[in-house]
Amino acid sequence: MLRAEASHRWAGFELDIALEVPEGRCLALAGPSGAGKTSVLRIIAGLLAPSSGRVSCGQAVWLDTARGVSCPPEQRRCGYVFQDYALFEHLAVWRNVAFPVRKRRRSERRAGALELLDRFGIGGLADARPSALSGGERQRVALARTLALRPRALLLDEPLSALDRRTRSSAARELGALLRDAGVPTVLVTHDFAEAALLGDRVGVIDGGRVVQRGTASELAGAPASAFVADFAGAVVLTGIAHAAADGTTRIEIDGGGSITAIDSGRGPVAATVFPWEIAIQPLDAPSRSSAQNRIEAEVVSITALGQRVRVALAAPQALVAEVTERGARELGLHPGMRVAATWKATATRVVRR
Amino acid sequence: MSRPTGFVALLGLALAASLAFLVLPVVAIFFNTNPAQLVSSLGDPSAAVALRLSLETTAIAIGIIVAVGTPAAYLLATRAFPGKAVVVTLVELPLVLPPAVAGIGLLAALGPQGILGGALRDAHIQLVLQTAGVVTALVFVAAPFYIRQAQSAFAALDPRWLEAARTLGAGPARTFAAVALPAARAGILAGLALAWGRALGEFGATLMFAGSFRGITQTAPLAIYDRFSTDFPGALALSATLLAVSAALLIAIKALAGASLLGRAAR
Repeated sequence: MLRAEASHRWAGFELDIALEVPEGRCLALAGPSGAGKTSVLRIIAGLLAPSSGRVSCGQAVWLDTARGVSCPPEQRRCGYVFQDYALFEHLAVWRNVAFPVRKRRRSERRAGALELLDRFGIGGLADARPSALSGGERQRVALARTLALRPRALLLDEPLSALDRRTRSSAARELGALLRDAGVPTVLVTHDFAEAALLGDRVGVIDGGRVVQRGTASELAGAPASAFVADFAGAVVLTGIAHAAADGTTRIEIDGGGSITAIDSGRGPVAATVFPWEIAIQPLDAPSRSSAQNRIEAEVVSITALGQRVRVALAAPQALVAEVTERGARELGLHPGMRVAATWKATATRVVRR
Repeated sequence: MSRPTGFVALLGLALAASLAFLVLPVVAIFFNTNPAQLVSSLGDPSAAVALRLSLETTAIAIGIIVAVGTPAAYLLATRAFPGKAVVVTLVELPLVLPPAVAGIGLLAALGPQGILGGALRDAHIQLVLQTAGVVTALVFVAAPFYIRQAQSAFAALDPRWLEAARTLGAGPARTFAAVALPAARAGILAGLALAWGRALGEFGATLMFAGSFRGITQTAPLAIYDRFSTDFPGALALSATLLAVSAALLIAIKALAGASLLGRAAR
């Protein structure tokens, strides 16, 4: 179990976090840049000394400011994969991987490095320089180098962001398998909620130096605790004022005009959230079916193809995004500037306090 | 490429003028020395002694500068501490010191009547008018060139490399030796070439602090000065030799640094 709680203040920023990751599990911290994600990793690794805090891994106490304990990074055996991988450019690939290994004989060190490189399918690159490698290869070298440390915990900073889109999905699959094999607590940080959902057993959304909500990715997406979490998880967020309707539902007057219905209760200033794939697009003259169906008139701004689906950006009093099937978009003859009605079920609308 | 414009022609002219002015005296030394003279002058034992003394004292001085200056430069490049800007300026100060002032300063500090004169005498260390004094003067004038260059070489390293080394189990000393030093090698060698060149040409401070005694403190530049009033052809010949040695040193070190740079780019 990796446990960390720390608070740290520096010029205009306050970090205050507590986390626990069991063996073999991966906690993904997701948040926008500047949220303090990397600082959390640096504190766990011992590269940043927090104002106060305690970090422990299994029986080993790495940091306890109350008792004046602070173990230097080289004694923590905490594997840290940096965002840009930080490979030693002046060393051949195998020497990078052998760096953490303390064996006297060169042949043993090389053999160990080659074995690890082979596991990552890049044994052939052992004598290359890191500068000659592709992004995906560099990532594998960085992972192999970290595993050569036989780490007690793993920290991954934006592990996929340096890769191009094509390599990313295969790298994500490999990384997921690797994390399951490694069997140590892992903390991963990313600015991409989808990446966090893909790799993390649990996801913590971090904003302004605090973990604002944690749970499984689907819990966060399905029941966001705040508009920020909903927005971050990819939902459309509409702000407004909520009041109880006579039929027991909640009526929300949307800022800027229009009103919608939700089943969730809520009073006063709220954010209503709905996922883009819950929103359907209809022609303006289509009959509205029931009050349980929310309807907002909007203008099509842009249409982006996403494989079988298309993402339609809509201008309304507050911006909306809908995801519809490619066929549906074609049948409607969607084009920028066209006026349409965006509709979704009251039951698909989440209400969170602002 | 389009035809060079008037402005580019002007830049070219400025470079040509600089080059002509800077290279002319150097070429003139060889132009005025005939090979027979060069050989006979080098056969002169006093010239050979001066050259040897120059090479020995500069080698020792560079050894001291590298041994002490490298860790000092690493500290300046990688740590922030109060008063750092002042420390950096103080280290660079000898760069702008006129040689005569440097000589006087060394005498005032380490001479028999100097601040540390008594302590040195008690320790039976004599610098003034001794070969050790030459080395002292060389270290004083050449060290800032090395430290400055090494500091900027270390500062240019990606700090993530040093942090990665720490998380991979290397303590601060191993991080320095296995990552920082080799990665900054090209810049460090450039500093070494600069400092060595400066030390080989050192004249004023050495003359004032250590004097000009053949075989003991008379380095090649001092021997050239010694001859210049009585034996101009001899001075020319020695100058040509010193020039050749300095140029060879500079080129060798540049080649070494270049090889590591090229090697990095090619692989």
